[in-house]
Amino acid sequence: MAVTLRNFAGSYFEKDRLITVQYPEERNPLPENYRNFPILIYDTDDAEAGLRCVACKICEKECPPQCIYIIKSDDKKPDYMGKPQFYPKVFDIDISVCMSCQICVEVCPFEAIKMDKDFELSKRERFDALLFRKEELSKSNEYYHRIHPVEAAAVDANLAEAAAAAEAKKKAAAAAAAAAAKPTPATSNATTTSAPGSTSAPAKAPPESSSPTASKQ
Amino acid sequence: MSSRFDGELLEVSMGPQHPSTHGVFRMNVALEGEIVRKLKPVFGYLHRNHEKIGENASYLGSMPYTDRLDYFCSMTNNWAYALSVEKLAGIEVPERAEYLRVILAELTRLQNHASLLGFLLSDMGAWGTPLMYAFREREKILDLFESLSGSRMMCDYMRFGGCRVEADADWLGRAKKIVDLFPKFLDEFEQLILQNEIVIARTQNVGKLSADLAINAGISGPMLRASGVNYDIRKVDGYGFYPRFKFRIPLGDHGDTYDRLMMRALEMRESVEILKQALAQIQPGPIVNPKVKIRAFRPPIGEAYGRIEGPKGELGFYLISDGGPNPYRYRVRPPSFINLTVLEDLCLGHTVADVMVILGSVDIVMGEVDR
Repeated sequence: MAVTLRNFAGSYFEKDRLITVQYPEERNPLPENYRNFPILIYDTDDAEAGLRCVACKICEKECPPQCIYIIKSDDKKPDYMGKPQFYPKVFDIDISVCMSCQICVEVCPFEAIKMDKDFELSKRERFDALLFRKEELSKSNEYYHRIHPVEAAAVDANLAEAAAAAEAKKKAAAAAAAAAAKPTPATSNATTTSAPGSTSAPAKAPPESSSPTASKQ
Repeated sequence: MSSRFDGELLEVSMGPQHPSTHGVFRMNVALEGEIVRKLKPVFGYLHRNHEKIGENASYLGSMPYTDRLDYFCSMTNNWAYALSVEKLAGIEVPERAEYLRVILAELTRLQNHASLLGFLLSDMGAWGTPLMYAFREREKILDLFESLSGSRMMCDYMRFGGCRVEADADWLGRAKKIVDLFPKFLDEFEQLILQNEIVIARTQNVGKLSADLAINAGISGPMLRASGVNYDIRKVDGYGFYPRFKFRIPLGDHGDTYDRLMMRALEMRESVEILKQALAQIQPGPIVNPKVKIRAFRPPIGEAYGRIEGPKGELGFYLISDGGPNPYRYRVRPPSFINLTVLEDLCLGHTVADVMVILGSVDIVMGEVDR
């Protein structure tokens, strides 16, 4: 009886037990790692052009309940590094099947699929409304920064590093290719071919293959 | 049951939609007056082909499914599965990851036992209050799980060769605070249980399980130790870093419901001790073995059985690999299911009301029984 009374009184006075939140008006903050359903991240302002996904279908294959459906595009478009890549013509996630396991996020090599925190998903229809299309799944990088600030900053740093490394590699390749073609210095030519967004053949050649010819001369 | 009882025994079907059966579980009970003369458990209402799904999913893909086995203790399920795959593929686990696993497993044990005691008192008629006290403590631990793994119950936290997310200093501090406050809850709860006349009358000398029968039936976990058999896989196998911690194994004397109930209370005290040591000893370091591939993980040909002392008993996973991306055979040894097989022996000669209390003290989760 004393225990019951103490607990009853405690529920009015103990700070950490006054936990009632007037839900729609005020909310508890969600933890950084909270997850529920996957979203696709795009850079820049254009959800169509900036989509990071390259339709490699790894997540589709690894998804344990098989809730992802992808159709690869026929043509290519440049990605955030300017490299031409495929993009998903169709990208559907059936969130009535998804079990929020985060394996798609872990296996994605392009940092394209991440977990959302939006839990207010009630719909008036059971079938089409719960099948999320590419347009509904696409969320901007700013939105990702807002929901997972720490994780998003780390991802951006990784991507910037990868882009810088790719840029350096391209530059080296272009320089080597230029050196192979013309023994005379052609630095101005090399810099133009390594500009971001360029898709010319010498810029794509890896340095390993072009360096023997350079050393021969 | 197809037998005829000459009008002397009354057949009653308890469940599957019975509030005290802890899920969809049915018992066919033959009664003489109010005394149970026969009892036949009926399983399978929650069967969802877990083992066959495991054989068709990749090794990593089975990990989130193990959360759904015993949905109270997803962390220990993850650990048992990760342990057997690590045995199969010969993967080393970094030191910090092992400590994190011990911490999470013991927190799981705390919340499982706390809610079990609440449910048990609720079965005895103390509707609501003790269960809410227990759930208040459980909620704190689930908040910890949520901030670490992203989900309260379906944690999906462990990976082969480590853990998925780093626990920062802030998280460890919060865990320490909860662990330090937990004995206060235990004192209060034991005061409620131990001094309560009704609990003693309802549980002592009810549902006795002899040590011989417990060993022969393959019972494990707190239920086996309540019968006085000193067998705890944390001590016997010494998996993880358990040999590094000082803790005792509580043992029962009579094997009745009261002993099983007290076993949980005493085990929680030992878990608190382990947690205090683990939280003091944990050092910074990597939490995942970098050699383990996430994509296209193929263990060598062979077989392995990994087992841990889950909150409910021995939880084991038996895997056979044929070198492919998914296991050739995937078998779960569920503690709830095997502990439930002696239910008839425990209940014979007791009243219908006692059946519910005995079932509660066995500690089952139907997700694990039916798989």
